[in-house]
Amino acid sequence: MSWTEDQPIVSLKDVHKSFGEVKVLRGVSMDIQKGEVICIIGPSGSGKSTLIRCINALNDIQSGSITVEGIEVSDPKLDKLALRKKVGMVFQQYNLFPHRTVLQNVMMAPIKVLGQNKAEVEQRARDLIRKVRLEGKEDAYPGELSGGQQQRVAIARSLAMSPDVMLFDEVTAALDPETVKEVLNTIKDLAADGMTCILVTHEMGFAREIADCVYFTDRGVIVESGPPATFFDQATDPRTREFLSQVL
Amino acid sequence: MAWTHSQTPPVKGHLPVLLPLRSMPQGLPLQDRLFNVWTASILVLALAAALITPAFAQDATPGRSAFAILLEWTPTLAKGFGFNVLISILSMAIGTVLGVGLGILQVSPLRPVRQVAWVITQFFRNSPWLVLLFYCILLIPFQIEVFGTKIPFPGWVKAVIGLSLPVMAYMSEYMRGAILSIPTGQWESAESLGFSRGQTLREIILPQTIKRVLPSWMNLYAVLTMATPLVSIVGVNDVMALTRAALSAEGRVDLLIPMYLYILCWFFLYCYPISALTRWLERKYSVKL
Ligand SMILES: Nc1ncnc2c1ncn2[C@@H]1O[C@H](COP(=O)(O)OP(=O)(O)O)[C@@H](O)[C@H]1O
Ligand SMILES: [Mg+2]
Repeated sequence: MSWTEDQPIVSLKDVHKSFGEVKVLRGVSMDIQKGEVICIIGPSGSGKSTLIRCINALNDIQSGSITVEGIEVSDPKLDKLALRKKVGMVFQQYNLFPHRTVLQNVMMAPIKVLGQNKAEVEQRARDLIRKVRLEGKEDAYPGELSGGQQQRVAIARSLAMSPDVMLFDEVTAALDPETVKEVLNTIKDLAADGMTCILVTHEMGFAREIADCVYFTDRGVIVESGPPATFFDQATDPRTREFLSQVL
Repeated sequence: MAWTHSQTPPVKGHLPVLLPLRSMPQGLPLQDRLFNVWTASILVLALAAALITPAFAQDATPGRSAFAILLEWTPTLAKGFGFNVLISILSMAIGTVLGVGLGILQVSPLRPVRQVAWVITQFFRNSPWLVLLFYCILLIPFQIEVFGTKIPFPGWVKAVIGLSLPVMAYMSEYMRGAILSIPTGQWESAESLGFSRGQTLREIILPQTIKRVLPSWMNLYAVLTMATPLVSIVGVNDVMALTRAALSAEGRVDLLIPMYLYILCWFFLYCYPISALTRWLERKYSVKL
C-alpha cells in the first residue's frame, strides 16, 4: 500500500455519508493529483462542507473509500495523527485560539503535537507569518485583527504542520469584501508553490482563474466537473446552468 | 470618599489590613459610586457603632464596658476567624481541584462516565451543607492507617472535606457550562491540527474557560466563607464557637448583640470586597465577550 506521486494524492470512491436519516453524500467519487487545485461549488446544503470534512476524518463515512497518500481514511484503525500531518484545514470562521498570540497560534501544533524543537518552529512560524504578509502582527491577539488577517493566520497555522494537502471551506464567506482579496492572494501564492488545494468557494472569478478542475455538487452528488474554461462556458447539466446563472 | 487609613476607624480593633486597599476607579455610574466598597463599609461600621454605643450607655452593671470586653476578646476571636478563613481556603482548594476534574468528566465522550459524573454533581449540589458536614464528621474515622503510619483526621479536617463537597459540585457545574460554551470550531480546528482530546482540553479549551468561570468561582468562595460558621455546630472551634464561649464566660446578656454584630462585621469586611471584585470582573468580561 505504498503511495507514489503518480497516483492521486486524494481519492474518493463512491462515498456515502448520512446524518441519521439525512443522506448528505450519495456516491461521490473524485481523484486529485498532487499539486492540483480543485474548486467545489454548489448550492448551500449540497454537502460541500461534509465532503471536505470527510477527507480529514472530522466526519466519518458510511460506505465507500477515501484515501490520502494511500492512507485509508475510513479504516477504523486509522492513525488520525498520521492523516492530519498530511492534511491541513482552514475554516470559514477562522477558529484561531483567542487566548494565544498570532505567533503562538502558529507554533502550538508543531511543538505540542509533533514535539518539534521550539527554536526551529519559531523560525518557521515567523517565515510563514511573513509569507501570509502579516509581519509585525506576531504578538497581536486574534481579537485585535481583522477577519482577513485572522484567516491568513489560520492559513499560516495550518501550513506550520507542513501538510501536503490543504482543505479550504468557504474561507472568504465571512469576510468583508475588501479583505477577501488578501486571503485569495495568499491561497494563490500557495497554489503557485505547488500545494495541493481543495477549495469550497463561492468566488467564481477566483475559481475560474485558479482551479485546474471545478466540481459542481447538488444534493450529495457531483453533477458535473471539468476544467474551468469548459465548465463555466459550456456546462451541460441544467442544474449546473441554473446555479451558474444565479451566481455569475 | 476621603477615608484614609490614618483616620481612626469607627470601631477599635478593626485593623486597616482588613480594609480593601484600592480605591474604586472614578467616573463610575452613580449607583456604583453610592454602593462601592468604601461607602458600604462605612455604612456597616456606622451601623455597628450605633448599635454598640447604647450598650455602653446602658452598661448599668458595675465593671468593664462592653467595648473593653470586645477589645479584650479580639485576639481570641481573631484566631477563630483566622481558622474560618483557613477552613474556607482549604475547602475551596480541594473542592476546586475535584470540581474541575468532575466537570471535565461531565463532558466526557464516554456516556457512562458522563452519567456518573452528572449524578455525583447533582447529588452534592442539592444536599444541605450542614447535612454533608454531619455525614463527614460521622463517617470519616478519626484516623486512618496507611502502611503502619497513622494519619489523624481531627474534626476540622473532616469539616474541610465536608465543605469541599458542595464546592466540588458547584465547580463541576460551572466547568461543564464553561466548556460547553466554547465554540465547537475550537475543538474542530484543534482536531484538524492533530491535537488529541486531552491536549485540546489542556491547551485550548481549559485556558479559555478560566475567564468564564472566575466570577462564579469567586462568588462561590464568598458564599463558602459565610457558610464556615456551620463547622461550629459539629464541634470545630471557629469564630462562632469562640464567640459563644466568650459570651458564656462573660455571662452578660447585654453583650450578645454587640458581640455577634462584631463578628458579622468581620465577615462583611472579608467577603464584601470579594463580591465587589466579582461584579467588577463580570462587568469587564461581559463587555469583552
Ligand atoms: N453534524 C451534522 N448533523 C446533522 N446534519 C448535518 C450535520 N452537518 C451537516 N448536516 C446536514 O448536511 C447537509 C449538508 O451540509 P453541508 O455539508 O454543511 O452543506 P454545504 O457546505 O454544501 O452548505 C445539510 O442538510 C445539513 O443540515
Ligand atoms: Mg458549508
